[in-house]
Amino acid sequence: MAWYEPLLAIDRRVLYALMFLAVLIPTLLPIGLPIRITPEVQNVYDRIDGLRPGEIVFYALEYDPSTAAELEPMAMAMLRHAFSKDLRVLACCLSSTGVTLVEDEIARVAREYDREYGRDYVYLGYQPYPGIVIMTMGENFRTPFPLDYYKTPLDELPMMRGVRNYDDVALVFTVNATSGIDHWITYGQGRYKFPLGLGSAAVMATNYYQYVQSGQLFGIISGLRGAAEYEMLIDKGTVARKGMDVQSIAHALIVLFILFGNIAFLVERRRRRLGRAD
Amino acid sequence: MKRELPRILTLVTGVFLALQYFVPHRASATVYETLMDWLIIVGIFAILLGIAGLVRLHSGKIRSRQTNWPFSIVLLAGLFGMIFLGFWGQDLGSPFVTAYFQVLNPVQATMFAMLAFYIASAAYRAFRGRTLLATILLLSAVIVMLGRVPLGELLWPPVTIGSLRIPGVGEISDWLVNVPNLAAKRAIFVGLGLGGAATALKVILGIEAPHLRG
Amino acid sequence: MPDSAYASSRTVDLAATAAARARIVLRAASAVALVVLAAVLTALPCARAVAPVGQVTAADTPNDPGRSIDVAWTLSPDDRLPDPGDSLALTVLAYRILRAGPGDSLVEAGTVLAGQASYRDSGVEDGVPTIYRVETVGSDSSLALSPPCAPAVARGQWFHGKKTVLLIFMLAFCGAVIGLIQQARRGRELYVRPIAGLAAVDEAIGRATEMGRPILFVPGLATAGDVATLAAYTMLSRVARKTAEYQTRVRVPCYDPMVMTIAQDVVKSAYLDAGYPEMYQKDDVFFVTQDQFSYVAAVNGLMIRERPATNFYIGKFYAESLILAETGNYAGSIQIAGTDEIVQIPFFVAACDYTLIGEELYAASAYLSREAPLLGTLKGQDWGKAAVVILVLAGTIAATLGWQGFVDFFATQ
Repeated sequence: MAWYEPLLAIDRRVLYALMFLAVLIPTLLPIGLPIRITPEVQNVYDRIDGLRPGEIVFYALEYDPSTAAELEPMAMAMLRHAFSKDLRVLACCLSSTGVTLVEDEIARVAREYDREYGRDYVYLGYQPYPGIVIMTMGENFRTPFPLDYYKTPLDELPMMRGVRNYDDVALVFTVNATSGIDHWITYGQGRYKFPLGLGSAAVMATNYYQYVQSGQLFGIISGLRGAAEYEMLIDKGTVARKGMDVQSIAHALIVLFILFGNIAFLVERRRRRLGRAD
Repeated sequence: MKRELPRILTLVTGVFLALQYFVPHRASATVYETLMDWLIIVGIFAILLGIAGLVRLHSGKIRSRQTNWPFSIVLLAGLFGMIFLGFWGQDLGSPFVTAYFQVLNPVQATMFAMLAFYIASAAYRAFRGRTLLATILLLSAVIVMLGRVPLGELLWPPVTIGSLRIPGVGEISDWLVNVPNLAAKRAIFVGLGLGGAATALKVILGIEAPHLRG
Repeated sequence: MPDSAYASSRTVDLAATAAARARIVLRAASAVALVVLAAVLTALPCARAVAPVGQVTAADTPNDPGRSIDVAWTLSPDDRLPDPGDSLALTVLAYRILRAGPGDSLVEAGTVLAGQASYRDSGVEDGVPTIYRVETVGSDSSLALSPPCAPAVARGQWFHGKKTVLLIFMLAFCGAVIGLIQQARRGRELYVRPIAGLAAVDEAIGRATEMGRPILFVPGLATAGDVATLAAYTMLSRVARKTAEYQTRVRVPCYDPMVMTIAQDVVKSAYLDAGYPEMYQKDDVFFVTQDQFSYVAAVNGLMIRERPATNFYIGKFYAESLILAETGNYAGSIQIAGTDEIVQIPFFVAACDYTLIGEELYAASAYLSREAPLLGTLKGQDWGKAAVVILVLAGTIAATLGWQGFVDFFATQ
């Protein structure tokens, strides 16, 4: 048997086992690789950092357990940044399976900064059909959300007095890995012209750089890498930064797989062409 | 009439909604919102249909002891169990939320995590330099994979030799993603938009209605 | 002069002198007080009230549903950043926008911070003449009210002017499609380039028949009204018809209950058209769950247990696309995928045998059936793309040469 034949017919379980080790080892033994800040993430940071204390930011945290690994670190970083700047946070979750997860996370970060519900932050919860919700919030938040997540009328919350629609918030930021992103861009920013930022999974974020170029998005936080950059900028949180070590080793492993696979393939093809048997 | 009435409804509703986009008046928005409310209501009843179909399918499997019938019991127990738990309350610490965090949360995260393994086996199998285009594909994939992680930027940083500056893998990766990749995506988006409009037109005009044949 | 007269005159003289002295003292004191006051006032930085805004104008908000008026004004001369070292200078804190209907008193419509010269009042009644006044709030709490502006009336518009170019393009596109359909019906030959994935459909169905294994058709994770799902119905109709002819089973797990009900009708109609209505089994088209990864787990299980010979992934897919395709590859199925989710296309390309990229998915119906109306629609799409290419080139030239009017004509915002 030629040396390259096992490489061409390698059992996929061997690949899975190597990938498992590539994820496990850096998780247990962090490396601490340096991370370069990209302009898109810097734009988001600068935008929020430039807001005045007391201004309201609207966070649409629309992820669920399946995408939480990639999106939760950036959502946590955004919340920490907002609370550290004494901004007030209005949040919702238009993903039915993520609403409890997001609620738990917001409450956790609010406790870190000793923020009071109703005065410093409000959580609207979930309503179905995100496109319709986004459109009707442009008229009045109370139209799709007459009550908050805890079934309190919005008018009874001190923070919501005088806050009617997108005109009364400084910006909207959606952490999203679904088609809801298009709804925010089309029905939200396209119709009501508020500043919109996006945090999304790395594989989806590449679709939306064109909106940054056209000015419809003021910035993008892309995947775990973007979350790690944001953690560095606010100098708080390490989940995403540790995750970058793991991602680095995993990517390097896949590149090695591709390399060895192609070496074996090219050698086998060359030998076939030359008609030589090993 | 069985075929004509749905076609007429489709035509009238489709034309109205197409024109509604250009009419900002409140009357138009009110009709649109009413139609969306009807859509939500129809969707809710469709969920009932789906659940009824699911229950019928799996209870039939249990009754006739088809292969793997015990898993049908697990499915029905999960379905009705969560509905039942939901009636007990959905506060933090309630059985419903506990089941959500202890069962659904880790299971969904695990399914998503499988992608890491599957991409490894797919990349190993598919990224072979069989042709020139396939070679360009695999080189682009390697550059972007290295450029997106700190290790890649460490291994291939920007290098300056005299007055010549060779960009690092991170910058090359950003360029690949923001320029040729974006250009191709925009072109596909244009095609998709026109194709989508054409498909919608076909359905509105009744040229294509596969569910109304027979 | 007698002494008494002199005494009285002297008294009078003395009295007059005292009064004069008093007047002099009083004048001097007043002068001193005035000087002191002037000094104090000069020392105080905010000796005057803040300046009001310039001309206030109000107009109906264009291209809106109504109940909204745009108010604009020129900034107060005091609306500026204080000079360095002069932190006590008089500046503007905010502007209060006040409105009144006919016969009503002024009420506050809103407040904006200094530096802003416009406000959109979304709380007015349609058809009611409304006037506005802008009150400047100074850093010393002084207020300055502007004169009222001319009345404005809020109204909803029946046509969004900024979308005119979209309407023109839409009508032109629809007209081209309808015209080409008519031409196709009259017998004009319309060329369609070969698409490998679609050419392989019949072969893939035949493979399943030979192997005696079912076909799996996954219509995607979108709703029933999504364009990708509409394309999936067309493909499903074709596949179901073929499987009926070949006496092979097709399994259709559905993510959305409405998709399930329509897919059941599609398959039933296809079996009826093929002449095999008795072959239709309702349980072959079934609802699974509306949770993404639960749905994927169920479909994966189906693939591993039943080992379908052919998998079709036609519709809208998200992160689960690679999981489905890799599992199908592991199960030994031939796989044909088509999605309009651009992000997922690379995963399908890597893991499937054939992939329909972008609009090839929408061309499937025309390609497979070769019916005149469908081919005409396909040609209309091509004409639309040609028009877009020409406009992109023209726009690039216009932007390069600074012809902003051409670019602005196509702006919808």
